[in-house]
Parts: sequence; C-alpha cells; structure tokens
Amino acid sequence: MSMALEDGSRVAVIGGGPAGSLFAYYLLTFAQRIDLNLLVDIYEPRDFTRPGPAGCNMCGGIVSESLVQLLALEGINLPSTVVQRGIDSYVLHTDQSSVRIDTPLTEKRIAAVHRGGGPRNVRALKWGGLDGYLLGMAQQRGAKVVAARVGEVGWNDGRPQVRVEGGAHTYDLLAGATGVNSSGWQLFEQLGLRSRRPETTKAYVTELNLGDELIAQYFGSSMHMFLLTIPRLDCAAIIPKGDFLTVCLLGRDIDRELVTAFFESPAVKRCFPPTWTPAEGECHCSPKINVREAACPFMDRVVLVGDSGVTRLYKDGIGAAYRTAKAAARTAVFSGVSARDFQKYYWPIYRSIARDNRYGWLIFALVHRIKAVGALRRGAVKMAGGEQAAPGMARRMSIVLWDMFTGSAPYREIFSRTLDPRFLGRFIWESALAAVGDGRGK
Amino acid sequence: MDEGALGQQYADGEVICRQGEPGDRMYVIQAGRATVVREEGGTEVVVRELIAGDVFGEMAIFERQPRSATVRAKGTARVLTLDKRAFLRGVHEDPSLAYGILQAMSQRIRSLTEELSRLKSKG
Repeated sequence: MSMALEDGSRVAVIGGGPAGSLFAYYLLTFAQRIDLNLLVDIYEPRDFTRPGPAGCNMCGGIVSESLVQLLALEGINLPSTVVQRGIDSYVLHTDQSSVRIDTPLTEKRIAAVHRGGGPRNVRALKWGGLDGYLLGMAQQRGAKVVAARVGEVGWNDGRPQVRVEGGAHTYDLLAGATGVNSSGWQLFEQLGLRSRRPETTKAYVTELNLGDELIAQYFGSSMHMFLLTIPRLDCAAIIPKGDFLTVCLLGRDIDRELVTAFFESPAVKRCFPPTWTPAEGECHCSPKINVREAACPFMDRVVLVGDSGVTRLYKDGIGAAYRTAKAAARTAVFSGVSARDFQKYYWPIYRSIARDNRYGWLIFALVHRIKAVGALRRGAVKMAGGEQAAPGMARRMSIVLWDMFTGSAPYREIFSRTLDPRFLGRFIWESALAAVGDGRGK
Repeated sequence: MDEGALGQQYADGEVICRQGEPGDRMYVIQAGRATVVREEGGTEVVVRELIAGDVFGEMAIFERQPRSATVRAKGTARVLTLDKRAFLRGVHEDPSLAYGILQAMSQRIRSLTEELSRLKSKG
C-alpha cells in the first residue's frame, strides 16, 4: 500500500485550533503548488465566533514578534480586525520598581489577540478571534469544516477511520490537533499510538473588562510582566486587548490563593486605577498547558501537531503550533505519511522545540533564584533601566528580558546571551551596587 | 489607523528606506500604499507602486549591497519590518519560507522584461 499522498487522497484533521487550521492550510498550499488534489476535512465542533468558553481555546493570546514576521513573509498579514492591540514595548514590574523597555525599532510587532469570540461578558464584537481567522484561511484553501465531535477512531483496511454521529469516514492520513484540554489523547490511544502523554500543569487566565480608554491610559500598548516574590509563580503577564485586559499566570499549581496574592501585590495594584478592584464573575479559566512533550508524535498515517505533541514552555504556543503544523504538512506532501517519513523530516523540528524547552526550565529556575534575592532583582531592573536611558548603550539585559517574556527567541539563544562576560559583568556590578545600597539603608 | 494595526505608521511622503543606505531588513506593507523611487542625477523616477501585502527591501538582504531605490509612503501607510537575521534563520530551517519572495521576484522579472521589450521596440 502506498504511503504517499496521491490525487484524491483524503486527510482528516481533528481539531480546528491554530495547529489544525495551519496544518490544513499548509497541506493544501503545498499540494496546490505541485498540482496535487487533496480532500481535507477539519473536525471542529466549536463555533469560534461565540463569546465565552464555548468558542475559546483558552490561552494568553499573544502572537510573538518572530511569528508575526514569519506569517507576514508568507503573505499572512494579521488584519486589525483580529489583532486587538499591537504591542511595541513591555514594562517589567518588581515589588519595588518598574522599567519600560521599548523594542529597538519602536514598532508594533507583537499581536495581542482573543482566541475565540471574546470573553463571555463582551458587549460588542468589534474584533474576530485568531482561531476563527485561521480556520477561515484553511477553508479558503479548500478544507471542509465538519462541525462534529469525533467520538471514536479506528482502522479500516490499514487506513485511519473517523467515526462521528451519522457515519464513519476513512482517510489516508489523520492529523491530531486536539490540544491538551480535551479528551483527544484517548483517540490517539485508540489508534494504537504508543507514546507517553504530554505532561501538563494548570495555568490561570482571566479577562478584565476595564474599557478601551482606561486600558489605553494605564496600560498603553505595552505588555506588563511581573517578577514577584510569590511562591510557585513562574511568570505573570497583563496583556491589553481592546476593551479587555488578559491576565495570565503561569507556574506550579496555580490556585485561588496564588491568584489573590497576585492581585493584592503592590506591583500589580500600582498598574491599575486607584479605585479599581477585581470584579466577581469575570471570564476566567484554568487551562492545562503542555510542559513536557509527548514522547512520540507519529505512526504510520497518523501525526500529532501543536499542543497535542509539543509546545514551547510557557511562551509562543501559537508559534510552536505553526512550526509543527507546517513541518508535518511539508513531510506529508513532499515525502510521505509513513512513520519513517515523519521520523526523518518531522521529528527534527519536533525534537528541537522539546530540547529548547530544557533550556527554558533552566532559565526559569534561574529567574526564581534572582527573584528570591532582592539585590539581584534590583540589579536586573537597574541594568535594563540604564540601557533604556542611554540610547547608545548595548541593550544586553533588555534583549534577554524581551526575548524571555515575549517568546521571540529560542531559550537556548537567550541562555547563551546570559553567559556573555559583558552581560554577567554588568549584572554583577549593578547587583553589587544594589546590595551596597541595601547595606547603607540598614 | 486603529490600535490593532501592526508595524509602524508613516505619513504621506515619509521615507521608509533610502537609496544608497545599507540595508539589514526588509518590509511588508500592512495598510496603505508606497512608491519606489530611483534617484538618478538629481531627478527622481517613480519605478513602481506598492500595495498592502507587498514585500520590499529584500534585495539588500540577498546581495549585501546598498539600497537600490528609495521607498516613500503614498498617503498614510503602515509597514512591518522583517529582520534580516530572523528571515535567513527561518529560511535555513524551512526553505519554503522563501517561496513568496521567489514568486514576487519572478513577477518583477516578468514585468521588467515586458517593460524592456516595450522600450526597445520604441527605440
């Protein structure tokens, strides 16, 4: 039996989030370039135009600087009807102080988006969500969206079969793009995929309705990142979007106590209008996030893309969905759909993301150390602040922080920049000055 | 221009990149239009017009030569900058990233060939 896609081959994509939509989009794009006629069905029961959880894929909703550029190169220019705010800077907050860091080009190259139709208390749908936009792109390329939940999968004469209410459909290739927040993994186990599941942890995302004017006044077009001494909190961000702020907390076992400690901290209170208090009943969720990849993301005629397999630790999940989806589509069209094809052409991209996350863990462990020592924390902020105040100065700390918080560069690259003696020397010097200041204060 | 737009905004006539300057980035027009102008002996010749979605400035990335022309906003335009290093790294991992640029260059060669043929037939 041929393990290559041919004219008339059928492909099922389970899940119509960014990974599934981009996989279908690139599969059809590549196929059309070589005059190969494929039939692609995307199984997605959700309606991404609906506000609230029903149409949402639950994430911080940032399209990173590097992904914005890559998509633009491919002719995918995210319209202002999807991008709710272009981000051109970030503000790093610690318990004592804040520093604003601009991009070298002072240009809006990060896109803040809603994944679905917006929070459940959205008053007017001024924008479309990213997921609906990407699904629409796949449809324009020729993919068919089947609004049904896949109940079961199996094999029919050596080909994967998808069973939904009303029938069973056999395909030449099945792409799994179910993420980690559904029961999708059971489907892959039904197919006989022998792999360790992705490991997950719980994040916390909430959408605060402050209104466009207050958001512009207090948060501007900056992403706000927090380096706070709250145990178990690895990373916290407030992202302005249209009428809403997305608050995203990442770490270990984020619970109500941690969320309360975050909103009660002086650094967070400083950002909001003085009379503001978090309202009850705001749209919030505790999605699972993938923190360790599935051991094996493919078998003959089956491939996993996006969060179902691997994603970047804490950051740029949509970027990882793009990279895995495109690499899997490229393999399927130009090489074949056997496990051997995926091993040879898809696995290197998959593995590079997984390996890079090891550096990510290392970086976040270091950040925990820095957070715990006041002089180091202040040294980092002072170094970044000094770089911003002197335009001609090398922006070593600013770039490290920018790439770490925005997900714009691989963790390995960020880590190697921190080993530069000029970076280390300056950081130690600024931290020593901060420590001396502490001593005098006492 | 709204808050959801990406890139940088340029006013009518504002220079986005200038002929003769070194180039380490290319650009994609997000909204509005721009004109490509070649300066020759003190006079300016409009070479072509760019619209939303067009990529320009890529020649300096491939050739390490100074910019061959000046590009100015025509009306208000919003332009996204693409870093040379990010682009070349991307192409190294995924050569299909360059497909769009090859397509645009191919179209440009086609239109230049037509223009050359028209000029030669006139002369």
